[in-house]
Amino acid sequence: MINFQYTRATDVADAVRQIASDPAAKFIAGGTNLIDLMKEDVERPSRLIDITSLPFNTVEETADGGLRIGALVPNSDLAYHPLIAQRYPMLASAILAGASAQLRNMASTGGNLLQRTRCYYFYDTATSCNKREPGSGCSAIAGLNRMHAILGASEACIATHPSDMCVALAALDAKVHVDGPAGAHAIAFPDFHRLPENTPQRDTNLEPNEIVTAVERPARGFATNYSYLKIRDRLSYAFALVSVAAALELEGDTIKEARLALGGVAHKP
Amino acid sequence: MTQTLTAPRPTIPAPEKIPIRLTVNGVEMQLALAPWTTLLDALRDHLDLTGTKKGCDHGQCGACTVLVDGRRINSCLTLAVMKDGTKITTIEGLATDGTLHALQQAFIDHDAFQCGYCTPGQICSAAGLIAEGKAKSVDEIRELMSGNICRCGAYPNIVAAIQQAMAQS
Repeated sequence: MINFQYTRATDVADAVRQIASDPAAKFIAGGTNLIDLMKEDVERPSRLIDITSLPFNTVEETADGGLRIGALVPNSDLAYHPLIAQRYPMLASAILAGASAQLRNMASTGGNLLQRTRCYYFYDTATSCNKREPGSGCSAIAGLNRMHAILGASEACIATHPSDMCVALAALDAKVHVDGPAGAHAIAFPDFHRLPENTPQRDTNLEPNEIVTAVERPARGFATNYSYLKIRDRLSYAFALVSVAAALELEGDTIKEARLALGGVAHKP
Repeated sequence: MTQTLTAPRPTIPAPEKIPIRLTVNGVEMQLALAPWTTLLDALRDHLDLTGTKKGCDHGQCGACTVLVDGRRINSCLTLAVMKDGTKITTIEGLATDGTLHALQQAFIDHDAFQCGYCTPGQICSAAGLIAEGKAKSVDEIRELMSGNICRCGAYPNIVAAIQQAMAQS
């Protein structure tokens, strides 16, 4: 890990001001992925801006019967939240399929969205990686790539997004609330993450200096007929080779609506 | 074609040490730490509490598990300065007045370790597990303890020890 400055943000405006003043600064919340990447020398921020005292730690009901999940709500608190268990049980099971109990206690909702790929070559600074060093090449394409992308890959990058939570969010309509220099706005979940194309260094469509403030779910949760299935190399605590979030709305024996999202197979869920 | 894989690094001035206050095993501690000091290194190198172990140092093995405000976390992926004002419980803080914690006694009763290196993390993680109250069955204990690796393979005895302590709690 390299030398860096550490500051605390007092509110959203302060967080945005701080990150805009230092192009190599990064926000930190749970830190489970960022600290790991800093130890591996993959991330080299000049400054960490601690956002954990911002008021994004609540799960609130919205006027239209949905839920607004603050970006700082820990993954475990979200998975075990009574309203999530009752209305969005597939989201709970997807979250509990990821990481370990300790990591879920630390990791935040916003951080889960923004975690980087677990491609071995992205982590290994001795190899080429267009995501880590744009233009250096992709070692994964001709390397060990059984956990890599099947869909939507490019010649520049075959990395996958590692989240389980995001697969459930992709299957069920969700919005990501962000704030930043251009003001607060919402991004539809399918538009939040992106395919690698020729700029795999960009995981998401978040603009520079923007911060994720919340994830919003609409009222419909497909709470009756759903499944999150994850195939991995061991029964627990491993990233998906393939995962699927499936939800059905039935009318008698007729499928009225079906939702499917795949994880572990593309640069976005 | 030769390619420089590591971009040149900007020179960043060394930061001031940051004063923090931690209540560790019931004792208030004042520390001044560089921001990159993990909670694990703060406990081991600055407070001489070497019961908490450094295994992988990447959040994969669980040897560094401690309780922060009662919740189990990986101290190796936690910056100490971000835990200013919290209460930390390590393996050294579980026994009370010379009496072992129920989990410590259960690990002895069930011979739930061989080399012992993962044991402080296993016990702190199990204390967090019991406090969470989500595991009832053996399968649930195994699933919710999956963040703690035991390379000696003492898992059956670890599960038995946790079951015993859980029944007493």
